Amino acid sequence: MLELVIFSTLNGVLYGMLLFLLASGLTLIFSMMGVLNFAHASFYMLGAYFGFQLSQWLNFWTALIVAPVLVGLIGAGVERWGLRTVHKWGHVAELLFTFGLAFVIEELVQMVWGKLPVDYRVPPLLDFPAFELFGTTYPAFRMFMLLISVAIFLVLLMVLTRSRIGLIIQAALSHPNMVAMLGHNVPKVFMLVFGCGCGLAAIAGVIAGPALVTQPSMAHVLGPILFVVVVFGGLGSLPGAFIASLLIGLIQTFAIAINYSLGDALASLGMARPLQGVLSDLWQVTVAQIGPVVPYLMLVLILVFRPTGLMGTRES
Amino acid sequence: MPTRRYGTGLAVAALAAGLGLAAPAMAQVKIAFIDPLSGAMAPIGEHGVKHFQYMIDKINAKGGVNGQKMELITFDNKLSPQETVIAAQKAIDAGARILTLGNGSGAAAAMIDFVNKHNDRNPGKEVVYLNYAAVDPAFTNDKCSYWHFRWDAHSDIKMQALTSYMKGKPGIKKVYLINQDYSFGHAVRKAANEMVKAKRPDVQIVGDELHPLAKITDFAPYVAKIKASGADSVITGNWGSDIALLLKAAADANLQVDWYTYYAGGAGGPTAIKQTGLKDRVFQITEGHANVNTPENHAWEQDFRKKSAGQGWWYPRVRNEMEMLAKAMNEAKSNNPKVFAEKLRGMKYKLIYGTEAYMRAEDHQFFQDMYISNLTPLAGDMKFDEENTGWGWRTAAKIPMGNTDVPTTCKMAKPS
Repeated sequence: MLELVIFSTLNGVLYGMLLFLLASGLTLIFSMMGVLNFAHASFYMLGAYFGFQLSQWLNFWTALIVAPVLVGLIGAGVERWGLRTVHKWGHVAELLFTFGLAFVIEELVQMVWGKLPVDYRVPPLLDFPAFELFGTTYPAFRMFMLLISVAIFLVLLMVLTRSRIGLIIQAALSHPNMVAMLGHNVPKVFMLVFGCGCGLAAIAGVIAGPALVTQPSMAHVLGPILFVVVVFGGLGSLPGAFIASLLIGLIQTFAIAINYSLGDALASLGMARPLQGVLSDLWQVTVAQIGPVVPYLMLVLILVFRPTGLMGTRES
Repeated sequence: MPTRRYGTGLAVAALAAGLGLAAPAMAQVKIAFIDPLSGAMAPIGEHGVKHFQYMIDKINAKGGVNGQKMELITFDNKLSPQETVIAAQKAIDAGARILTLGNGSGAAAAMIDFVNKHNDRNPGKEVVYLNYAAVDPAFTNDKCSYWHFRWDAHSDIKMQALTSYMKGKPGIKKVYLINQDYSFGHAVRKAANEMVKAKRPDVQIVGDELHPLAKITDFAPYVAKIKASGADSVITGNWGSDIALLLKAAADANLQVDWYTYYAGGAGGPTAIKQTGLKDRVFQITEGHANVNTPENHAWEQDFRKKSAGQGWWYPRVRNEMEMLAKAMNEAKSNNPKVFAEKLRGMKYKLIYGTEAYMRAEDHQFFQDMYISNLTPLAGDMKFDEENTGWGWRTAAKIPMGNTDVPTTCKMAKPS
């Protein structure tokens, strides 16, 4: 049992940290521009594919640096020449713009790399078991993913709270007009945040690509769960996104480990399991099977009971 | 969208050139291949296309069927029942009357329904569905159809064979079941539960897992759970990315158990098995494999691997299906499904492995010898490895056709 708890915790934290890399950029963009960036997970996918391509041409370590920079530049470009123009027509236009962009990116990726998953391998340097516990090994690459994401979280936190640019970003989140009056170039700040957010998503892509599967549907799979993280954590709140990411990562991983069903609950109360009837299947469904739905249930509940999210201060 | 393969076009062009362009407008017999060609399961579908193209080239080189050439047209159903029906309609509109689909019993069930309805509504334009891999037992039992023929042994036959083999392994104490959460996975799970309990009442089933089909990219949490259960053996019907990624996660965690699988031989499986060092511990139940020792089989495997960048011949059943189809069409002297389907029913066929097999007329289920094989370093008379690992499949047990003969509940309605 203890080993299951330990490994589920490790896996859950890892998944949570990956979510956080994506959600941190998304939540800043969301609160700054008031627009959910539907294409955010697509930048994560671009990161994975760029990482794959660059590690084919050069090596993984170069890819880890270069791919996020490239994707960040693309992101900044999208903000500068796309979103900023569309901004004039209001939030709905912006929303539709990012929605369309997500499809365009997916289609482009399919055109360039094909529909099949690509063979993105763990770099040989990290292809060994990091440690062994109760006879189970844990791959070094996963430890590396964990360390990278924790490091980025710390750097991000320092930049946002301790540096001058961080203060300006924080101010621009809530009072963009005042910041502009004080002589700061707010559109440039927006562009910077958008680019950096995309870059962070790309880092997540580069390191998640070999461990998960690099395929054109990867953006699609992760996209919806990101919105849950952002809304659940509270708009614009980095600590909120952090807590929500970890919570969702852990819940999804631990749900898999639990075999409890409604029928078991009835049985433990001394009642008979309903084995007949239309709804008989419902009683047999285990927590493990409904695991994937739990985050969305959390989204619905938090919107009902605490619309600002866990750590947020405003509603939209 | 019908994506006509360049390969097909080239092959047809080359053939036409070879024949001196004798028949400029010769009608083609179109074979519509419908399977996932995008998404997680795409590698499985892509390799299926290579099998069918290889067979069609062979049949055409021998003169085709009734003086006509066969042509493969391929459709991507994205593993979805709805897309399958749309693709089937497109295939029929494109002139195909022979449809083939293998992967995903959900898609296959939709296909059977569609073909039944289509044939009721369009007398004189009947189409036939040739199933090379969807193994939900219902298709040749309660849901059996005159227009459906299945060449793979269905799930209950495979489980019967696997559990009979496990019966002779006293080392098995705790078994873990992990399967995909849809009709096929449920069938495997049900059969495994019943048969393990019947044949080995002493064995404990310590886990009975269902996970979403083709959605999981990281099986590490599941592997942690298997490990914690203390299982010494795992039974799984997983296929495609779901078996490859499961074995990969098991390799990462160094999970040392015996695996009783249906499809461990798919893309990525052998690599992961070798990485964990599971010598002789991963079993698969199939209707044949590369190292079944007949000269004909070896020659076949060699030739195919040359043409498919080293990937092996996964589907002996595609060979059986296409050769029997060509035989039925030629014997019936007709390319009309309504006429040649009669010939397929009850047809006897000599396998490349030397023994005889047949298509049972009552339920259109093919019966043949089955092989349980395990992955092991090449030795002795083993000729072929998988995925350049140096490890290949070796027969652990052969189940003669007589022992796979399960009864059917099918009450076939014959069209008038």
